[in-house]
Amino acid sequence: MAISTQADSATSSRISRLLSRSLVKPMVTPLVPGDFLELVNPLRFGRGLRGRIEQVLSETADARTLVIRPGRGWRAHRAGQFVSIGIDIKGVRHSRCYSISSAPERADGCFSITVKAVDGGRVSTHLVREAQTGMLIHLSPAEGEFVLPSVSADPLLFVTAGSGITPIMSMLRSLAARDAMTDAVLIHYAPTPADCIFADELRALAERFPQLRVHLVNTRATGDAALSGHFSTAHLEQVCSDWQTRQAYACGPRALLATLDAIWSQAGVAERLQVERFQAALAPANAGAVGGEVRFSRSGRLAQADGAKPLLEVAEAAGLAPAHGCRMGICHGCMVTLKSGCVRDLRSGHIHRDSGELVQICVCAAAGDVEIEL
Amino acid sequence: MSRSQARSTLPKALRKPARASRKPSTAATLRTRLSDADAKAFGEALDAIREQTLASLGEADAAYIRRMIRIQRGLDVGGRALIYAGIFAPPAWIAGVLALGSAKILENMEIGHNVMHGQWDWMRDPAIHSSTWEWDNTCPADQWKNTHNVEHHTWTNVLGKDRDVGYGILRMSDKQAWHPYYLLNPIANALLAVFFQWGVALHDSEMDQLRTTGTLKPESRAKLKGMWRKARKQVLKDYVLFPALAGPFFLPVLAGNIVANLIRNLWSYMIIFCGHFPDGAETFTEAEIANETRGRWYLRQLLGSCDIEGGKLMHVMSGNLSFQIEHHLFPDLPSNRYAEIAPKVRALCQQYGLPYNSGSLTKQFGSVMKTVFRLALPDRMPRLATLG
Repeated sequence: MAISTQADSATSSRISRLLSRSLVKPMVTPLVPGDFLELVNPLRFGRGLRGRIEQVLSETADARTLVIRPGRGWRAHRAGQFVSIGIDIKGVRHSRCYSISSAPERADGCFSITVKAVDGGRVSTHLVREAQTGMLIHLSPAEGEFVLPSVSADPLLFVTAGSGITPIMSMLRSLAARDAMTDAVLIHYAPTPADCIFADELRALAERFPQLRVHLVNTRATGDAALSGHFSTAHLEQVCSDWQTRQAYACGPRALLATLDAIWSQAGVAERLQVERFQAALAPANAGAVGGEVRFSRSGRLAQADGAKPLLEVAEAAGLAPAHGCRMGICHGCMVTLKSGCVRDLRSGHIHRDSGELVQICVCAAAGDVEIEL
Repeated sequence: MSRSQARSTLPKALRKPARASRKPSTAATLRTRLSDADAKAFGEALDAIREQTLASLGEADAAYIRRMIRIQRGLDVGGRALIYAGIFAPPAWIAGVLALGSAKILENMEIGHNVMHGQWDWMRDPAIHSSTWEWDNTCPADQWKNTHNVEHHTWTNVLGKDRDVGYGILRMSDKQAWHPYYLLNPIANALLAVFFQWGVALHDSEMDQLRTTGTLKPESRAKLKGMWRKARKQVLKDYVLFPALAGPFFLPVLAGNIVANLIRNLWSYMIIFCGHFPDGAETFTEAEIANETRGRWYLRQLLGSCDIEGGKLMHVMSGNLSFQIEHHLFPDLPSNRYAEIAPKVRALCQQYGLPYNSGSLTKQFGSVMKTVFRLALPDRMPRLATLG
């Protein structure tokens, strides 16, 4: 099945390449053949990488696993990698990165992500509440260096919390699928047993593979488990005293990762710890912030800006010459990618804080420190 | 006309505003129509309409533009197929030409023009974005965005700044001084209508400088090259490849494509000329707009633009440029919203005692035609006759 799917997509990509190169391209100019073909089948012929949600599985009250069939152009991920998911909410495209939770060895050619609704997280909440079978989404190729070495006999340690389990789940599923489970310890934190994603499957894996030890820790409820409460060195010593000799992988909230970083550094084994950090796509909203340091990412220049001076003028004062037109917000000729931080639209006071968003620099000013692609 | 002649007798008014503006006029001017306080309040009311509309954009709007794109692509493919079918059944040729012409009109007006304005940038879909869209027209997107979004929309109807006033070849305002060349006004106008996409394509290269300086500046040469890089693909598609695919029936397919392009040219010319040239639309001088506030910028957009009244189909086929006033006030608001904005703008105009120029296509286009013919001849008023 997997082979036939791959062969299928290889054939269809050959066909569309042929279409593009031949006479078709000049006949559809200024569009490309995909612009027409995607009206027939967006998954196969679309301009960008697309996916279709095949299944929505409920993991916990606020977490869902989405099984996604990727379209043409997808290449199998490596366990631990993440993918960027683009969906339209109220007509606006939003993209967020999610770790893939399935094993690359999955037989049906699909992959899955597991999303936990985050308070105030527009995309995660939308995916958990609204995702339905048949929904089309935009994808980026799988990427990331948070992966197991291809050949290694080192014992492993995984420390995760909340939805941080997802990349590790992909690794464990992959090890299981290849029957290559090594000596591994997983310490996973969730508020209560009901919040623990993949609890049953993790226990089953531990039963199947004696070399895998799984500790599911509840931070809020105190059960009969050996461990409870938030992560501490004591936990580590208690269930995995040889932690310094293991290759460690960690994924979870910032605070947890910072703690782990400190502990591993102090022990002088920082190189044995790999962490997966997701940079928040949204800058923290700071409605009151006015002005700040402006970093121009491409030129590497820095400037101080007040809250009233449009970024176009700030850039020009810093010796840059950004493309622009009307200088009054009507021609859209000055749009620049917001890398991080917030900008304020001086006409409406509206704050833009989505990293990757294109903003009109002739009418937007810094609202706090900001980085733009210039 | 020889080059030296061209230099000495060029119609200066094309580039420089006439001096008439320096004379105090009895008519209401940009300054006297609204007090500073009223201009400010007027601007704020329009800003509020803009914010209100922006805040209410959502799924239905996104579905609208995507549906338009689907319809347009369907008409394009269907139209071309019908033109081929016309080889065997001539009525299909007519249907095909109409469908292809409509596809080009929709693509250029309701989709291309509006997407390139950034009306759909809020969706953050890279495939429907002002920075990436290229339209089915001989004019390259980047040049269009310069002459249209920047020059025309920022400097609307300002003589010497907005080159859309007469497109460098016509006399469309009596503030442009008369010159014998303008006796050709009706002929130049007809040629522009027939070859409108080429007029648009050549616009950014400022070909009229050939008449004034006898040569092209380097930027214009570069733009001309860029235009031809785009235009030759369009020519190859419509006038070589699709006809060639019909083999021995090259000519009927070629004719079909020529007529489809002609339909688009005539229609878009007509709609666009009804936007700023009917009776009552005002032109301005640079002096008049010195230190223009946001409120007065809005006022100028209003006074320089005219709406066309009509049914839903007319609005869609005009790219909602039938709401030219609303489009000029809010060039980057999605076109499907102009219809609901129009009554609010009209009410605001009533409140401030401002004209709101609106009429049927026949009325507006009729008055444009009158202007084309009237301004071909010199003005009878001696005051203007001494100018230029």
